[in-house]
Amino acid sequence: MKKIADKVYVSQALERVEDSALLAGAGVFADDIAVGARTGHAAFLRSPHAHADINSIDIKTAEALDGVHAIVVGEDLRAWSRPFIVGVKQPMEHWCLAQDRVRYIGEPVAIVVAEDRYIAEDALALIEVDYTPLKAVVDPEIAILKDAPVLHEAVGSNLISERNFSYGDPEKAFRDADRIVSMKVRYPRNACTPIECFVVNADYDAAEDNYDVLANFQGPFSLLPVMALALNIPVNKLRLRTPPDSGGSFGVKQAIFPYIVALCLASRKAGRPVKWVEDRLEHLMAATSATNRVTEIEGAVTKDGELIGLCYRQLEDCGGYLRAPEPATLYRMHGNMTGAYKVQNLAIENRVVLTNKTPTGLNRGFGGPQVYFALERLMHKIAVELKLDPLEVIKRNLVEAKDMPYRTPSGALYDSGDYRKAVLEACKKGNLEALKKRRDQVRGAGGLYGIGYTAIVEPSISNMGYISTALTALEREKAGPKDGGAAMATVSVDALGSVSVTMDSTPQGQGHRTVAAQVVADVLGLKPADIRVDVTMDTAKDNWSISAGNYSSRFAGSVAGSVHLAAIEIRDKLKRMAQTSLNIAADKVSFSDGKFSDADNPDNAIQFRRLAGQAHWSPGLLPEGDVPGLRAASSWTMPELEAPDPEDRVNSSGAHGFVFDYCGVEIDRDTGRVRLDKYVTMHDAGRLLNPALVDGQVYGGFTQALGAALFEELSYTADGTFQAGSMAEYLIPTVAETPAPVILHMSSPSPFTPLGAKGVGEGNSMSTPVCLANAVADALGRDDIELPLKQSKVRDWIGIRETPPTSGGAVATPVADKDAITGRGELTIRLPVERVWDLLLDPENLEKAIPGCRELIVEGDHSYRADVSVAVGPVRGDIVALVKLSDLDPSKFLRLGGSADGPLGSSTGSGTILLTATGANGDATILHYDYSVSLSGKIAAVGGRLLGGAMKVLIKRFFERFIRIAAPETAPAGFPLFGWLENLLRAIGIKR
Amino acid sequence: MIEYGAADRVKVTLTVNNESLTGYASSRMLLSDFIRHELGLTGTHVGCEHGVCGACTIQIDGRPVRSCLMLAVQAEGREIQTVEGLSDKGTLNRLQQAFRSHHALQCGFCTSGILMSMTNLLNENPTPTDDEITDILSGHLCRCTGYVGIVKAVQSLVLENIARENGENA
Repeated sequence: MKKIADKVYVSQALERVEDSALLAGAGVFADDIAVGARTGHAAFLRSPHAHADINSIDIKTAEALDGVHAIVVGEDLRAWSRPFIVGVKQPMEHWCLAQDRVRYIGEPVAIVVAEDRYIAEDALALIEVDYTPLKAVVDPEIAILKDAPVLHEAVGSNLISERNFSYGDPEKAFRDADRIVSMKVRYPRNACTPIECFVVNADYDAAEDNYDVLANFQGPFSLLPVMALALNIPVNKLRLRTPPDSGGSFGVKQAIFPYIVALCLASRKAGRPVKWVEDRLEHLMAATSATNRVTEIEGAVTKDGELIGLCYRQLEDCGGYLRAPEPATLYRMHGNMTGAYKVQNLAIENRVVLTNKTPTGLNRGFGGPQVYFALERLMHKIAVELKLDPLEVIKRNLVEAKDMPYRTPSGALYDSGDYRKAVLEACKKGNLEALKKRRDQVRGAGGLYGIGYTAIVEPSISNMGYISTALTALEREKAGPKDGGAAMATVSVDALGSVSVTMDSTPQGQGHRTVAAQVVADVLGLKPADIRVDVTMDTAKDNWSISAGNYSSRFAGSVAGSVHLAAIEIRDKLKRMAQTSLNIAADKVSFSDGKFSDADNPDNAIQFRRLAGQAHWSPGLLPEGDVPGLRAASSWTMPELEAPDPEDRVNSSGAHGFVFDYCGVEIDRDTGRVRLDKYVTMHDAGRLLNPALVDGQVYGGFTQALGAALFEELSYTADGTFQAGSMAEYLIPTVAETPAPVILHMSSPSPFTPLGAKGVGEGNSMSTPVCLANAVADALGRDDIELPLKQSKVRDWIGIRETPPTSGGAVATPVADKDAITGRGELTIRLPVERVWDLLLDPENLEKAIPGCRELIVEGDHSYRADVSVAVGPVRGDIVALVKLSDLDPSKFLRLGGSADGPLGSSTGSGTILLTATGANGDATILHYDYSVSLSGKIAAVGGRLLGGAMKVLIKRFFERFIRIAAPETAPAGFPLFGWLENLLRAIGIKR
Repeated sequence: MIEYGAADRVKVTLTVNNESLTGYASSRMLLSDFIRHELGLTGTHVGCEHGVCGACTIQIDGRPVRSCLMLAVQAEGREIQTVEGLSDKGTLNRLQQAFRSHHALQCGFCTSGILMSMTNLLNENPTPTDDEITDILSGHLCRCTGYVGIVKAVQSLVLENIARENGENA
């Protein structure tokens, strides 16, 4: 028996077949694939405004630049494409380039195709777009107000979808409740930001009117029809291939699809293949985001903590456009809105709103972080209000093992699990008692310590019909039912008996090739090393359906299952062949050690490879009914994935795992830092196909969730300016911030998946952010916990106020626009005031003093236009600044105002300068200045950190030069930093 | 605006993984682009182009460097090591094998840079403490693994190195 066990590879932590190449730098990622000499390189011009009308785009100068092949603007699209189809019935148009209006910062406005990327970016700076900025709206709650700026005027409102659902009898439950506990929570914007950005190679073949694309797209392939419809072609004229390796995705690379369409059209216009590699700023600013959501949640509870009714009012913010498959984030969890709890009375109000932010899309957890943040914060609050232990409230409400498979009120069918047992085991094995003692100790010593708990159901294997729950039953009936979720795989055995496997999972680094090899090796009695698995996708040749791709944790339950079924089909055919070949009865065929043999006479045997060869070389020997060759193509879907019923019940996912987490956090009373002391995470994901890869998923998902809980936010100012454009602003956890969680497993195999496996990669994305929030709520004894748990925010909650600096330096002045950069300061110049005044007003002097100033033109009375090149760190570009001086009181005072535009963004600013005579003979001048500058676009996105430093450098340079020119005999003195011209400079150099 | 055309490219000769290589670069071309697209060594990856993520880390004259923060022309005559130089004809070295054994990578995109930094760390100090490993590793962003496997992989080599030192001392 032991010998057989050795040959079972599934459920063993095998090393990965992917790693040899990746570790040697021999992986093949999208940008590694060589392109032909004629290939042009693309760069996108993006909107510096959150909301603006485009009046005109002038590309003449840019087109004339040496090395530029073509420039594509919005109006080019109309001849060859259509707007993307939208998931709700509303008159909204979304094109891959902005048409006459931009609706978020970073929205693509034009594409330059040039000889190389450097030249393409040069040309971007030469495109002149005339915008009329409009009032922007960022907050979803403001966006639904009557007087809010409307993004899509044809819709007439920013509210684009509204549905109400009621299951069981929620009204009665709320009437009967001993208590109603309610809260309002906001889930912020974040994204899983893979380290590899988007890459698209597109090639239009005019002869066949065919687009050939290679892109690190991750699926779902339901977006292929979306792209083909936008390109106005049948799907078979859009061949999409994916590279062997992808540098992570976590859902994010779904959002590459509008770029695929854009690059197809760019290739068509340029008449050559086009390659585009997204850079990090583009990615953070405009690729995609998880939805931010405002949820009002209410629980009807009995006095002993039983949840008898639950009500959600969800306001989902999908950004500037509703991009497919949205509003899926809102509906992915629809079946399991009651989480791990047995409450049967449920009411849901779902509203989808658009705001001037980047459109949203797939992100690990997809809907789970938002839903469970509300539900699990509520469970914590129920315990607090009823003065119960939060863990007891969770335990009291868990779905019982005896009720499995369990039907939730909104239609999910939970396949398997023993939630209570998982909770008890986690508490014991993770040593909850010790954690509680630690809390008591820290609190006893005056510290802030809290424990948080979370129990969630982790859905996997999406029902392709769940999104249609956003439509009414009548609308669904008209459109026809949508359901299922096919998984496709092929297993082929060649003429010498070696085995090849393909499948439709387009992995993004998880190690699917390894697991598929394990699965097939077990069925065919081979070693995993004998199995060659190819995971590239070629939609012109491979088996695929709309459900193909790397999302909803579908691999383990669905795709690996399909691989298993294909392998069984091969084995069964070989058995039939063996029966003929060995001339024995069907029930006598035995298969082991790579041999088929007669169970009664082991000497009557034939090797796997010889038998496989027969299928190719000797089809005449095949049993009747069997076709030549040895290739099985499986396509499996779960019958339980039914279309939404007329009462809006939907089994939104095929498998449901269970996750129970708890953690201890200590909060530093002086700094507000939240330190994660211990984290325990228990998973029941059914059968584990490769435990090492499972733990890898848990560690990785946990770490991303830790980032979402503590640091990460795609933040915007109230006017729609994006503030997290670099990895110095968008803070991803490093190893120093990442304690390893204690991972525990239970295994309740799914009765619905071929191998009993369920998804496991998304659970912590859903459970961990709220688990930390609950711990912080416990530590601070307050309800209004919002993520991310930045120190500044936590300090406010604790009540710590910054002590203002005792003296000196430029101090920020509070002004009406809280997002403006403001400051004031002064410096002494060893020249009389009259001389300084003259110098300030002397354009020639300014032109020399301003770093990077190519030309300063006097445009009118005290108004100037300056062309300036700025290059500070990664921020570089040309700017045209308009500056006007006013309220001039000679030798005393002036006011300046201005604006600047360029590829770095836009800005407006104002400031004042006051000169005072000083020195024994009045031969020196004190120059006071203050300023306020508002920035938008790229320069705002890289944020204060870089901007502050860059300003210092530029201002220092300016004054060195100003004084050197003004009074060469007195320079160089140690200048106190800054001058008014800083303001001008700001206006000119760095503004935006 | 700086204007360069194809004609402005200059010849750059450097030593990469002990082999002398020559390519052409415009004066503003990043070293990372030069290594990947001019020399065709695509094992060095580009993740942020502003020096934060660490994916493009290589060694220049024995020191780890972000290749996205250097110009190709600055590398003229320098000695460069990239991830391609770590394994010997397809055989993984000890560090690479330890990464494989401890599931220290998933998508593998950040891995090249991490291997180059860890190689340097272990060259300079074969037995770093956990804090020293964390210190150097914190210069890299990995989005897949949560760093657990990476730390374990390096720790496993440290243990081997300690055993070796003890063996030598005995």
